[in-house]
Parts: sequence; structure tokens; C-alpha cells
Amino acid sequence: MERLIVPRPNHLRRNLIILTVVFLVVGSGWFAGFDFVQIFRNFIKGGRLLRRMFLPPAWSYAPKVVTPLIETLRMALVGTFWGALTALPVAVFAANNFIRNPYVNKPLRFILNIFRTIPAMVLASLFVAVFGTGPFSGVLALSVFTFGLISKLTYESIEAIDYGQVEALMSLGATKVNVLRYAILPQILPQFMSYTMYGFEVNVRAAAVLGYVGAGGIGQTFEHNLAWREFDKVGVIIVISFFVVLVIDLVSSRIRRSLV
Amino acid sequence: MTDAKILVPKKSDPLKTVYRIVNYGGLALLLVWGFLGIPYKGVMKTAEGTIHALVRGFLNPDLLYLGNMTIDGLPYAILETIAIAIAGTFVSAVISIPFALLASQNIVGPRVSKVGKFIVTMIRTFPELILALIFIGVVGPGAPAGILALGIHSIGMLGKLFSEAIESMDMGVKEALESCGANPFEVLFRAVLPQVSPELISYTLYRFEINMRAASTLGLVGAGGIGAPLIFAIRNRAWPRAAIIIIVLVVTVTIIDAISGRIRKKIV
Repeated sequence: MERLIVPRPNHLRRNLIILTVVFLVVGSGWFAGFDFVQIFRNFIKGGRLLRRMFLPPAWSYAPKVVTPLIETLRMALVGTFWGALTALPVAVFAANNFIRNPYVNKPLRFILNIFRTIPAMVLASLFVAVFGTGPFSGVLALSVFTFGLISKLTYESIEAIDYGQVEALMSLGATKVNVLRYAILPQILPQFMSYTMYGFEVNVRAAAVLGYVGAGGIGQTFEHNLAWREFDKVGVIIVISFFVVLVIDLVSSRIRRSLV
Repeated sequence: MTDAKILVPKKSDPLKTVYRIVNYGGLALLLVWGFLGIPYKGVMKTAEGTIHALVRGFLNPDLLYLGNMTIDGLPYAILETIAIAIAGTFVSAVISIPFALLASQNIVGPRVSKVGKFIVTMIRTFPELILALIFIGVVGPGAPAGILALGIHSIGMLGKLFSEAIESMDMGVKEALESCGANPFEVLFRAVLPQVSPELISYTLYRFEINMRAASTLGLVGAGGIGAPLIFAIRNRAWPRAAIIIIVLVVTVTIIDAISGRIRKKIV
């Protein structure tokens, strides 16, 4: 009788990858001093802080949260505006199908990459050191951060456009400006608007914590109360800003879905 | 025929025009309102000096700090940041799977999935910095608080992306297994996870890139990593030290992005 032999699959590569991942994860946990037993023990002890924050929060403090919260929203709005406005032209030059010159695209992308590696919080603390505390520094940090975010997303969508329209216009003798105006921009504007909305959502979340380094908004109030160990007021700030951000997120993502 | 023009008449819809005016006008008003709330107090008198000092710092970064191999040195802080990012991402990837299943329409039905999606959105809204502060209060300052904060916060994004991957999978395999009498766990491990695992791994790597940036700011509140030395250097205006930290951070994040991006491209 003939026997059918199915060759055993070679799992060496897969197993090596799994081994590497396990090594990385366990090594990281060990290096960072992650100890389950101790964390569990502290959890039971540490419930005290949560109780002081949320059981109950100092609701009488709520009216005082409104002004800094509005400042936070304004920061996010203005920061998104500047970021998006500067991102669009830069994205056009960074896309490799509009300017077909790698000596332009590549360095520009490299710079954009560097922008995106610096966290908003670090930018904010740098701007606070230069321009002083207050929402102005926060807006600057958010603008730079949004610029990095939106420009990358936008140049990627420019590269993904239907190139037929560009070719059609060029075959009619259209200039670069015409191509940009009538073939590229109309195709990417809905996506660009959607990215801007997304940037706004991210910025509202970021603006809420930027104040921790003195860049204005609700974070500054938060840091203040934390420093004075007024945990019940901290609880109010957390609860209220959480709901405001949640509502903005839900509304904005609904609008975004209708855009694209 | 010299100057022939082909005019395509534009359809004008009065309702659309009104709609446009309301939309753009509203947006413009919103922006004006925003601008009015940001007082520009003028650049501080010291700003010019600060910028000079900053530039000088970047030109002469503190190389001694980079070569410091002890626990107070830069290499240790960067390694700790990477460790927080890796461990935090792993924790969240594992916890995200049940959340994602709970948010997937084709697994739990439309009604439960709405609740699941809302829970995931709520987690996403909660800032990781505040989570880190809470965890510091609970487990004490240090890297473990940072890991827990990232682990919880990342569920917000991973849970959403995972559930989208699960919702777009081929249901045939699941039905085939179910018709053979497989129990839910067998369905999960033999039908659902094997199908979506490339996407799951890719999203997890993507989140790892984000968490690397997040981990570098968590130290601000005392949750370990490079953030604490960086913020101290900036507050004390020790620009050479701040410069070397930012340079090393940018280089590290760029390298990790490149590696992770290459792996992601290979997987999907």
C-alpha cells in the first residue's frame, strides 16, 4: 500500500520570531521592574487615592472648570487651523507625483519625520521655556504637532490620487498650477478636511494635558490642584473634561464619516 | 474660429449655496472665536537670549551624559523608555482582544457591539498622562505605572482597529467550524485569530511606534523613562543636556519607526 507522506511544515522561522518577541517582552518587563505580586498588593493599598478623587468629586468646583476648558478648546481650534494651513502646501511638495524630484521630496520628508518624532508635550515645554507660560505656547506646540501629523497623511493621499486626471490635463497643455488646482486639490480636499477634523480631535485631547507643563488650558488647573493635593477637585476636572472630549470625539468622527 | 470657448453651464442650486454659506461661515466664526481667546502677550524679553542658548545647546550637546553608563545616564533612560513601550504595548494587545470581540458586530451582534464600541471610545478619550498619574497613586512612581497607563490607554485604539479587522474577516471559516460543533474557544483560536493575526500584529506594531513617543512623555509625571530628565533639563535651562536627550530621542524613534514600518509592510 502506498502511503501519502505530508511533509512536516518547517516552523523554525516562526518559532524564532516568537522566541524573540517573548524575550523582548519579558526582558522589558524585567528591566522596567514590573512585578505582578507587588503591583497587586499596591492596588489594594492604593485604592485610597481613587476614593479621594471620585467618591465624591467636589462638584461645587465645577463652575471654575468652565473657563479653562473653553481655553483648551480654543487652543485646539487655533492650533489645528495653523497646522492644517501650513501642512497643505508642504504636503504638495513632499508628494513624489507632483514634484518629481527626489532631491525635493526626500529631504522634505526627512524633516517632516523629525517633526513627528517629537511629542507634543516636549514641544510645549520648549515653547514655554522660550515664550513663557500660557495658551500661546500651547497653540504653538499644537500647531507644529498638527503640521507634522496632517502633512504626512496628506502627502500620502496625494500620492494615491487617480493620476489619469493629471495626465488628461497635461495632455491639454495645462500648467503645474492648473494641474494642482483642477486635478489634485479636488481629489484630496475631502480627505484633507477629514484629516483636519482628526487633527482637531487629537488636539483637543492633547490640549487638555499640555497645561501640565504650563502651556495653558485645563491642564494647568489640573496641575495646580494636584500640587495642592486637592484630589476631589482633580476628580471633578477629570470627569468634566473627559465628557467634553468624549462628546467632541463622537460628533467629529460622525462628521468625518460623512466627509469621506 | 479663433477664440472659441467651450462653456459648460454650471448648475446652481440655491439650497446648496445656503448650505455652503452656513457651513463655511460657521467654521469662520468658530475660528474667530478661537483666536479671540488666545492672548498674545508679546514675546518675552528673555526669548531672544533663550533661543540663542537653545541653539548653542544643540551645537554643543552634553556628550558626557550620553556616555554615562550608570543608572543616571542617558542610555539607561532610553532603554527604560523602550522597555515601557514594549511592555505597555504587549499588555494592551492582550487585553484588547476581548474588548475587540465585544465590539465586533459579527461576533456578538449589533446591540452588544455598540456598547463595546462605546466602551472602547471611552477608554481612548481618557488621556494616558492622567492614567499614569492615577496609576502612580495606586502602584507608586516608576516604570510599572507607565506600563499600566500605556497598557490601558492603548486598548482604546487597538480595540477599535482589532474589531474592524474582525468585522471584515471571512465568516465562512467560523461557520464551518461551528457547524462541526466547535465550542466558542475553538472558534476563537482556530477561526477568528488565525485569520486576523497579520492585521493584529501590524496594528500592534503601529501602536508600539505611538507608544514609544508616549513613553517619552510619561516621565513628566513620574512614570519612568526619558521624560523626567528631559523636563528637568528644560526647566533648569540646561540646554546642552536637553539637546542631547532630544537628539537621541529623535534618532531612537526614527530607527524604531523604520524597523517597525518594514516589518509591517512585510506582514500585510
